[in-house]
Amino acid sequence: MATTATSPSLPQRLRAGDPVAHTLTGMAASFILAITALLLYHLWTGSALPRAEFGWGFLTGSSWDPVAEKFGALPFIYGTVMTSLLALLIAVPVGLGCAIFLAELAPRGASDALTFTIELLAAVPSVIYGLLGIFLLVPILQTTVVPALVAVFGFLPIFQGPFQGVSVFSAGIILAIMIVPFIVSVSREILLAVPQDQREAALALGATSWETTWKVVVPYALTGIFGSVFLALARALGETMAVTMVIGNKPEVSSSLLAPGYSIAAVIANEWAETSSGAMHQQVLIELGLVLFALTVVINGVARLLILSMKGGKK
Amino acid sequence: MKLSFRRKAVNAVMLTLTGACTFLVASVLLVILGYLAWNGLASLNLDFFTKLPVPAGETGGGMAHAILGSAKVLLAAMLIGVPIGFFAGVYLAEFGDGVFPGIIRYTTDLLNGVPSIVIGIFAYALIVLPMRHPSTLAGGIALGVMMIPISLRTTEEFLRAVPVSLREGAMALGAGKARTIFTVVIPAAKSGILSGLMLNLARVAGETAPLLFTAFGNQFWSPGWMLATATLPQVIYAYAISPYEDWRRQAWAAGFVLLVLVLSVNAVARFAIGRTTSRGRS
Amino acid sequence: MTAKIDTMSPIRAREPEAQNNVTPAPPPGETPFANSTIKLQAEHLNFYYGDFQALHGISLKVKEKQITALIGPSGCGKSTFLRTINRISETIRHTRVEGHIRLDGADILKMDVTSLRRRVGMVFQRPNPFPKSIFENVAYGVRVNGLDKKTPLAETVEKSLKRAALWEEVKDKLHDSALALSGGQQQRLCIARALAVDPEVLLLDEPCSALDPIATAKIEDLLFALKSQCTIVIVTHNMQQAARTADDTGFFLLGKLIEFDRTEVMFRKPSEKQTEDYITGRFG
Repeated sequence: MATTATSPSLPQRLRAGDPVAHTLTGMAASFILAITALLLYHLWTGSALPRAEFGWGFLTGSSWDPVAEKFGALPFIYGTVMTSLLALLIAVPVGLGCAIFLAELAPRGASDALTFTIELLAAVPSVIYGLLGIFLLVPILQTTVVPALVAVFGFLPIFQGPFQGVSVFSAGIILAIMIVPFIVSVSREILLAVPQDQREAALALGATSWETTWKVVVPYALTGIFGSVFLALARALGETMAVTMVIGNKPEVSSSLLAPGYSIAAVIANEWAETSSGAMHQQVLIELGLVLFALTVVINGVARLLILSMKGGKK
Repeated sequence: MKLSFRRKAVNAVMLTLTGACTFLVASVLLVILGYLAWNGLASLNLDFFTKLPVPAGETGGGMAHAILGSAKVLLAAMLIGVPIGFFAGVYLAEFGDGVFPGIIRYTTDLLNGVPSIVIGIFAYALIVLPMRHPSTLAGGIALGVMMIPISLRTTEEFLRAVPVSLREGAMALGAGKARTIFTVVIPAAKSGILSGLMLNLARVAGETAPLLFTAFGNQFWSPGWMLATATLPQVIYAYAISPYEDWRRQAWAAGFVLLVLVLSVNAVARFAIGRTTSRGRS
Repeated sequence: MTAKIDTMSPIRAREPEAQNNVTPAPPPGETPFANSTIKLQAEHLNFYYGDFQALHGISLKVKEKQITALIGPSGCGKSTFLRTINRISETIRHTRVEGHIRLDGADILKMDVTSLRRRVGMVFQRPNPFPKSIFENVAYGVRVNGLDKKTPLAETVEKSLKRAALWEEVKDKLHDSALALSGGQQQRLCIARALAVDPEVLLLDEPCSALDPIATAKIEDLLFALKSQCTIVIVTHNMQQAARTADDTGFFLLGKLIEFDRTEVMFRKPSEKQTEDYITGRFG
């Protein structure tokens, strides 16, 4: 009879699929480890020359002369950090306001439609932000915003000197516009994860919806919100195209935001084509890539810790 | 009474302020779309989609080579990145307890956070250097590596969302774990995984930085997979910073085309995900 | 189908020996049954979720081609017990079983799990059709088990749908999605799916709890019809359902089997105070 005849081999055959599936999918997963390891390997070995030549001084050196092979990363690190901080300064309050409105205050229908729009905004390619940066944002800054700022805050060191359009300031503004959608969507989700009983408790005591949000919901979600800010920071640090197009690409450290600057990602994008493989210049660019990688790994790590500790710690 | 009035006023003011923030941010999308349409639509004609560029300084020509180049680079990226991410996602969703899967999750997060320009350096060292010249394939590998983490995450998420009752139903009929996964769980998560794939493609379709030294660019057609190729985002960048008026107009047109493509794929995928998840919950 | 019950001679042959193994001292509340074949037998079964013990020394006998109902308040362990019979409970991590369950005298914990599940079908609390066509749902188990190439698949599907009293309603739309069916139809589809591999035992875990009264009545009628073909164990918290359908009934409380007897005895003259309280509705 068929069942008895096949039953010894059949179940074995069927079960044999499980270890096979486990192994095959596990191999795909290991591939990710391999790729990441290879990435690190190439960044490390590819930058051996300048690491031996300049050591840690590379990070603090401020001269950049490819012809004389004198390289210091400070102008790029400075530009990257300044543009990102400026972007956060603008994007965090605006993004948080949005997230609070969408998660707590807005009527459901309006919230859904606006959330959808803002998520689409996050999908706009960075080269398009760059395009608009050059032809729309910079002229507006030049004709109206910066003259007004200088008129009021002109005494501050950060608003000194002439404004030529392309500058650290312009790059910071375009970055701010680019990271707002990320802050909004991550913070909104974190606010929505706050348990409903927290809100109800406050509302039952007679708090207004704003008081509930500001005194109960936001404090509860604060760690997670910090996490979202760090995530946005990591994105801003690594952003290449839009920044390259409006920052001015001048390797100088200037206290004024109105002066042109340079960022790590931008210098890699701009100067790579001028280098040849194995040459000091290209290896320096790879080392800059390594610096950028290390920066984003640390900041992403902090972001994830913050978000995890909020989700896990307050169950 | 006076205190209550103050509290109500604060409430109203903050509602208005945060609402204004939101409308301001959302309206940026309209500004972007409108401005690109305003500047780009005039340069959009049949030539744009069918012709090669003309020499610098002359007017006319199109971006057919970049449109085809982008399509090929994306196809290569998808073929490289999606299977790895998908199977690794199956692994994490179905066999994902313990130390090793934890390491994989951490590594995936790490890879996801790597700036795209650094991925470009990596693909250069991996492919361009040994081959000695940039190529469609190198661009595809750069974008493919960028697709892996998101592909993994969406696969894992949608597989985990499949109800336990379906798995039990299959196992109660004598199906082994592998069989259950491939004949019941994955088909049940199919539409979500596909939408995730579309979002993922739309995301890398606009990437420029990793293509600068992998696909590089080309003024002509790029037959096969081993030659440098133009791509839409790379041409937008090159034309935008060029001194020629006609090229800039074409950059606007290309930007408009790219944006409409990316946003419509996004909208469709998000709509599909919204529908499947709300159906799953009911 | 090959797996006709009357041809399962290799397994039958072991039965007398199995019955010899049965310990003569019956646990409290259990009446020895005469003159019927014991299909399933649990002996001192303990079940743990991590540190929590969900079942305490369950011993009972399920007779062949009869309907056995398990009743009790929610969380009493009746579903857990059912889920250990086809070892679907193993899919949950950190669970542990002690004791024995014997199917035709053979210990199921030592069996190959896929062949056990082919012999012991299961229908779940909520209808769980796969997101496939009606035809593919019914054919799934047959495809998985690779049974009998002589019978065409279409024939098996039709026969199973007829046994589940669903054929007339779906015969013109076999290739439509199963998700388009009503809840009651979906549940009968799940029964057809389980029947397609000709199981010897059919486990039903509160199969009507998500259904309306009319759909419930259809399923109960179906159980009576199926009784002649296979052994049925049904978990329910609906006492009327147990009283209407079952030959034997067991009452579970806090992970213990309080009483197990003929259904009419259980509902007319239970020997345990707790059973009486539950049946008469005096129970929390």
